[in-house]
Amino acid sequence: MNPNLLLAIPMLPLLAAVLAGVAGKAIGRGGAATLTIGAVAISCVLSCLVLKDMLTGQVPVYDGTVYTWLVSDGVRMQVGFLIDRLSALMMVVVTFVSLCVHVYTIGYMADDPGYQRFFAYISLFTFSMLMLVMANNFMQLFFGWEAVGVVSYLLIGFWYTRPSAIFAGLKAFLVNRVGDFGFVLGIAGVLYYTGSLDYQEVFAAAPAVATRSLMLFPGHGWSALTVVCICLFIGAMGKSAQIPLHVWLPDSMEGPTPISALIHAATMVTAGIFMVARMSPLFEYSPVALSFVLVIGATTALFMGFLGIVNNDIKRVIAYSTLSQLGYMTVALGVSGYSVAIFHLMTHAFFKALLFLAAGAVIIAMHHEQDMRKMGGLRHRMPVTYWTALIGALALIGTPLFSGFYSKDALIDAVHASQRFGAGYAYWCVLLGVFVTALYTFRMIFMTFHGPERLDQHAREHFHDVGWDMKAPLVALAIPSVIIGYLTVEPILFGGYFGNAIKVLEAHDVVGELKAEWHGPMAFALHSLISAPAWLAALGVYAAWWCVLKRPEFGDAMRERFSGTYRVLVNKYYFDWFNENVLVPLARGLGVALWRGGDEVVIDGALVNGSADAVGRLAGVTRLLQSGFLYSYAFWMIIGLAVSLGWFLIHI
Amino acid sequence: MITLAHMLTLSAVLFALSVAGIFLNRKNVLLLLMCIELLLLAANFNFVAFSRYLGQLDGQIFVFFVLTVAAAESAIGLAILVVLFRERRSINVEELNKLQG
Repeated sequence: MNPNLLLAIPMLPLLAAVLAGVAGKAIGRGGAATLTIGAVAISCVLSCLVLKDMLTGQVPVYDGTVYTWLVSDGVRMQVGFLIDRLSALMMVVVTFVSLCVHVYTIGYMADDPGYQRFFAYISLFTFSMLMLVMANNFMQLFFGWEAVGVVSYLLIGFWYTRPSAIFAGLKAFLVNRVGDFGFVLGIAGVLYYTGSLDYQEVFAAAPAVATRSLMLFPGHGWSALTVVCICLFIGAMGKSAQIPLHVWLPDSMEGPTPISALIHAATMVTAGIFMVARMSPLFEYSPVALSFVLVIGATTALFMGFLGIVNNDIKRVIAYSTLSQLGYMTVALGVSGYSVAIFHLMTHAFFKALLFLAAGAVIIAMHHEQDMRKMGGLRHRMPVTYWTALIGALALIGTPLFSGFYSKDALIDAVHASQRFGAGYAYWCVLLGVFVTALYTFRMIFMTFHGPERLDQHAREHFHDVGWDMKAPLVALAIPSVIIGYLTVEPILFGGYFGNAIKVLEAHDVVGELKAEWHGPMAFALHSLISAPAWLAALGVYAAWWCVLKRPEFGDAMRERFSGTYRVLVNKYYFDWFNENVLVPLARGLGVALWRGGDEVVIDGALVNGSADAVGRLAGVTRLLQSGFLYSYAFWMIIGLAVSLGWFLIHI
Repeated sequence: MITLAHMLTLSAVLFALSVAGIFLNRKNVLLLLMCIELLLLAANFNFVAFSRYLGQLDGQIFVFFVLTVAAAESAIGLAILVVLFRERRSINVEELNKLQG
């Protein structure tokens, strides 16, 4: 593979981002849009070519260094690309969704003054994300990881005149710092135990590291690899919004909808999933770390889904759905089903981006109204959006033959087949999660597009359906949302698509177990009709229909009946409350204590001013020796001379 | 017969006298200068004594250098003394404590 070609894939969006950002005024709104869309389109085409080359097997895996930044004590910090089937797949997903979002942005941001800035940011995001997925070493992975975090921060706070947006941006950034702290520790651990940052060298050393132990507390030996893997996964928990570091994702909905689709649903938040899959040769040797991953993922998958049921903000419902689906992917990672996780990541990227963009179309049509209680009956007013959103919803709940069905059912089967500690709990979580997913998804669809119109005066007067610049990406995403699962499930899960990119030990190979019962995608769909998930999903849809359309008063009655549970859900299990009232005051108290005690008393008081005071006091004493009389100086000179001469004589 | 020991003893006595003069004298700066001269002379006496004892001329030549320096030094010392007296109308050592700054 030509390195220059590979280099062009991330560099084109970077170039476009710089031009649109720096020379935004000069090239104008149209210029910025054309430039960035063109760059991302070329990247997308090149990525597709790379994937095609990978699929036909014409080219071997590319693992090469493009640029050496610095070499320190034998540790090489480089920019390099590892292009195998895993990264090629991610590149296509990232650039394709990014392209759709770029096009969609033309319409969505049409009357926004920050038009060029927005294009610069999302292009910069594409660059960062590509650097992340194409990396062949931890250094570059970390660079991409932080870069997407920065862009995420910039975009959440894009409307920087809104205090809530600034708060949300800051929150996302700070919560991610917590995760990144673990991530940096993990990378440091990798460097410490293997002496290298290069993926291939680290992976080769993994079995040796697994046998070493680390003393975290005296008397408690831990497997070094488990500690490293858990630290790395804490990074993934921040980026992929797993409990308890999930709190930033719902708030990130303050940003413009296109980036909710691109960054906070389809790509950036899946960076954690991708990273763990990439690190599968490390995680495979640490069942403890995988169990940790499994339990965290299962808890996120189910409990974040519940929150989707009680929310009335259309974007937040989808945000909680994203959290829940990320939990599903994490569960798949936890049972060593890395390929299933990546498969679900891919299908999810399409249908979740689609749902977000559809929600964005609704929001624009409603003149920035996001409350579903003020919508209803919109299917007549915006049919294209309705049908595409319906496709996205059907894919999300796992309707047989849709893309989400294949990934989610394979995932549930994989969890069922797993023997890992925590797999039983995870199985019930993901199974119940199917019902919850169907319930909140169709509650949203019914509240938005069906039933009586509840539009207020303002929205009714100014209602206008969106143009084709926004509808085209919906259609472009709806197509893969339907077919991509049917087409790719067999090669990706059972055809050995990933080859050596993902490593699964023989004993953990749950996907291999599923293969024995695999008789093609159609048979899988038919078989699902007699299995629990499909019926749970149908039940969820029915429950949503009953509560929203058939008996709207039923929902209110339930709310009255279970007011305690309802309050817990509305308050998001009090995570925010806990953070703001326990963790923040603790951290703040620690900071004040260190400032008052450590900084002002010890450093400023004792060390800086203290040393100056000590010198002053010493000088005050010694100046008394200075009488100013010549004879006393002469006397001391002679005494001194006598003492030194005497010392000299004695020692010779 | 005058031996080396006699000469060294004399020089030590001279030296001790002048040192005592420097820091016991609390009255007159002139006396101080004279003591310094005596100090140097005591050293010169040592040079001459050893020169004679070892039969070499080096010591006696060195005495000339020391005498020259001593003369220059007392010239400067006296000049300072004159300025000092003009300034303060006194050459009393007890009052000269300006060295403490």
